[in-house]
Amino acid sequence: MSVMSLVSYEEALASYDPVMGLEVHVELGTKTKMFCGCSTELGADPNSQTCPTCLGLPGSLPVVNAVGVESAVRIGLALNCEIAEWCRFARKNYFYPDMPKNFQTSQYDEPIAFNGYLDVQLEDGEVFRVEIERAHMEEDTGKSTHVGGATGRIHGAEYSLLDYNRAGIPLIEIVTKPIEGAGHRAPEVAKAYVAELRELIRALGVSEARMDKGQMRCDVNLSLRPNGTSTFGTRSETKNVNSLRSVERAARFEIQRHATVLTDGGTIVQETRHFHEDDGTTTAGRIKDNAEDYRYFPEPDLVPVAPAREWVEELRASLPELPRVRRARLQAEWGLSDKDMQSVLNAGAVEPISETIAAGAPADQARKWWMGELARRANETGTELSEQPITPAQVARVCALVAEGKLNDKLARQVIEGVLAGEGEPDDVVAGRGLAVVSDDSALGAAVDQAIADNPDVAAKIRDGKVQAVGALVGAVMKTTRGQADAARVKDLILERLAA
Amino acid sequence: MTELIKYTAAETAAAIAKGEVTAVEVARAHLDRIDAVDKKVNAFLHVDHEGALAAARAVDAKRASGAELGPLAGVPLALKDVFTTRGMPTTCGSKILEGWVPPYDATLTKRLKDADVVILGKTNMDEFAMGSSTENSAYGPTGNPWDLTRIPGGSGGGSAAALAAFEAPLAIGTDTGGSIRQPGAVTGTVGVKPTYGSVSRYGLVAFSSSLDQGGPCARTVLDTALLHEAIAGHDPLDSTSIDAPVPDVVAAARTRDVRGMRIGVVKEFAGEGYQAGVMQRFEESVALLRELGAEVVEVSCPSFTLALPAYYLIAPSEASSNLARFDAMRYGLRVGDDGTRSAEQVTALTREAGFGPEVKRRIILGTYALSSGYYDAYYGSAQKVRTLISRDFDAAFAGVDVLVSPTTPTTAFPIGERADDPMAMYLADLCTIPSNLAGNAAMSLPCGLAPEDNLPVGLQIIAPAMADDRLYRVGGAVEAALNDKWGHALLEEAPAL
Repeated sequence: MSVMSLVSYEEALASYDPVMGLEVHVELGTKTKMFCGCSTELGADPNSQTCPTCLGLPGSLPVVNAVGVESAVRIGLALNCEIAEWCRFARKNYFYPDMPKNFQTSQYDEPIAFNGYLDVQLEDGEVFRVEIERAHMEEDTGKSTHVGGATGRIHGAEYSLLDYNRAGIPLIEIVTKPIEGAGHRAPEVAKAYVAELRELIRALGVSEARMDKGQMRCDVNLSLRPNGTSTFGTRSETKNVNSLRSVERAARFEIQRHATVLTDGGTIVQETRHFHEDDGTTTAGRIKDNAEDYRYFPEPDLVPVAPAREWVEELRASLPELPRVRRARLQAEWGLSDKDMQSVLNAGAVEPISETIAAGAPADQARKWWMGELARRANETGTELSEQPITPAQVARVCALVAEGKLNDKLARQVIEGVLAGEGEPDDVVAGRGLAVVSDDSALGAAVDQAIADNPDVAAKIRDGKVQAVGALVGAVMKTTRGQADAARVKDLILERLAA
Repeated sequence: MTELIKYTAAETAAAIAKGEVTAVEVARAHLDRIDAVDKKVNAFLHVDHEGALAAARAVDAKRASGAELGPLAGVPLALKDVFTTRGMPTTCGSKILEGWVPPYDATLTKRLKDADVVILGKTNMDEFAMGSSTENSAYGPTGNPWDLTRIPGGSGGGSAAALAAFEAPLAIGTDTGGSIRQPGAVTGTVGVKPTYGSVSRYGLVAFSSSLDQGGPCARTVLDTALLHEAIAGHDPLDSTSIDAPVPDVVAAARTRDVRGMRIGVVKEFAGEGYQAGVMQRFEESVALLRELGAEVVEVSCPSFTLALPAYYLIAPSEASSNLARFDAMRYGLRVGDDGTRSAEQVTALTREAGFGPEVKRRIILGTYALSSGYYDAYYGSAQKVRTLISRDFDAAFAGVDVLVSPTTPTTAFPIGERADDPMAMYLADLCTIPSNLAGNAAMSLPCGLAPEDNLPVGLQIIAPAMADDRLYRVGGAVEAALNDKWGHALLEEAPAL
């Protein structure tokens, strides 16, 4: 379907009410895989991190990773879920070449966590509650690379390469209940939910949750129903949407696509869809009717997981401050408006700013640097703010030099540049570039006298009481001192000299 | 040298330890016997001449160095081809694994090596342990050394036949529905299915994960106990492995005293389908136990009649999932990969060629039983029956120490007789299946020959979970009394083959 023939988003929403379901897979950052002792480190040579168990060799058996279970329980608790007193793993039987056993060890009707919610804050500050159906443990599959086809998919490929390093990496699948009532904000809710979940996972320290590295993957299930009705329509399942922006775009596109089909009197096919980053559209995957049968049954090679209540309570008590609570606290501490706080969040600046403050900088200064100079640079280079080659401690040191009067704003900017350019610590840059502020009266006196002599008209105005004209003379002094003069002191000296 | 093959494992180990014979001589004698008779018996799928002799040489060197030898050091063993062996083929009796050489040892294999047992090779079996006659092997049937035209039982017919043919004094089997005990019964040898979870399944190629259990086989109760001791015990690589001490089965085998023990005869294991000579020898064994001072009572386990149908839902269901990995992608057979076919087509062609009819039958049965809409009626109901059977055992064991029954309703039947009648074949496991469903321990030991066909009859002894020692106490006493009565062991001399 071409984008041109789609009904507009506004038209779609005028007739239809979207219902969404979001399924997020999170790869846990455990040292070893879910059911064997192989490393989970990314980037190793293909098939170098495998053993009989994660290769599914005949005779091999799984053993549950206790840290994986603990991470699942902590995620469940952070999502306000109930934690199962007793649950089992189940085999999900289906065929795919990158799945070593041709069944995935997962959980079916006995998830470890269920019935929770996550409150997400939208851009205007409104809080939307997303209900959580379940969070369950499972293992990742291997990775296929299909070579030689036009689509990069298995059909039409000349051959496929299989890497089982990923096979058996622990996954937590978090499934929402149907998200209703979001209306035209459904795409925004989807994005905000995934963003909030990502923050939560990172705060728990159970995964880096990097969507670009596949550590967090989102499926967007979406259906439309005519406004004012309550029965769900047929859904599509857009798989592996791998950035926050894409989550929003995929939901938006599917709303328009569904509306277009329904408006034309067509029916929605229950199918998986592939999202395309380049043009923001989706295309059909495989048909997914309800007859698809995974023949689940309890995994006989594993014993049930029964998290002791005291242990669950210990984990609950030791949960870190959760993102929403922390954000509210920081906003108050930093004295920011909702709008300013939202900009900080959108820039990914919460961590750098708070670490800079922890290193001794005043809140406004820390925010000024990270949201100004550094955010601009991150934007220009298309990198994360946290990845800039400068540490919060270094930013804090620059702030301290300014507070001590050793740097002015302009010089501080040059120091930051120097650090980013790899010239060392801020003090090294100051020394190396000779950037110290000159506030010594004898050193400045000559420059001030020269400026007054060079600009008699301006000097006359100041003598006549037009004090605001002093800026021009200060500027002249700064120019001759190549910006290193203490501007406040220069202004005082000029006024002293012209006071008579 | 051929004399060396007639000794028990305990005698052989003692002779090696004393220096009366070397482990290499013992290994050679058994390899010579295999070379001489196994073309007829077909007990072995793979004989590892070099590996066995190297292991034997290592035992002799260890002794020469003055190091202490374990109770089975230097004793040869026949390993069922369902346990992985690093560097040695493992086929499970299937074409689909032809040529596969595992890169790792099963925990059981490792323990045998650690005990300095000499592994002679891998034994024939029904494909993926599915069968009761070894006729389902893709590599041809094994003959019963008592009569080579008859079946040696299954699935572990190769291991049992190797013992009865004196090709090895020790063997390993696996028992999912009777695959150790029924071959033991029809070949006049001893076999034990230990408590589920007491012998590691790591490296045991799964048929039905919740039922499979490796176990020891030998010609005497004491040898079986020595092997049981060597292979049992907790394994962190198997989540279903029991973390508790193994009962002292060797001491129990030496007790030979059943005075004061209470023994239950299961009422349901008799009647139609039971051969007269089998029942006769069984009843004589019960009488013998009374003479030896045991108290014998009849017990009823009404749910046992449901065991066979429940088993044929649970085992195929698990098998349909366990065998899904044989897809031609990573190891074993690959058929039709000519560059024009899809992965799915290659998998289908490989399975068509690589799996035998019984394996296909059970995969289809299990796939159906697990299907959405049928799960509750089939798999779900079968699991409920399993609970009922466990309760019957619990009730019975509240009143008795062990239960006894014939191991199998008939003696060895002719090869080919039941090949086209799966239901008749499945009945061979009628008496053995309940213990697999409940996970308790059971033994089969010879109790004589049926008068009508002069073929061995097995006596089954069943003990509660983790009371495996009771099997050996009762079995050891029965064996000693019968040997006294006969003036010799049932299998004293190697048969002429």
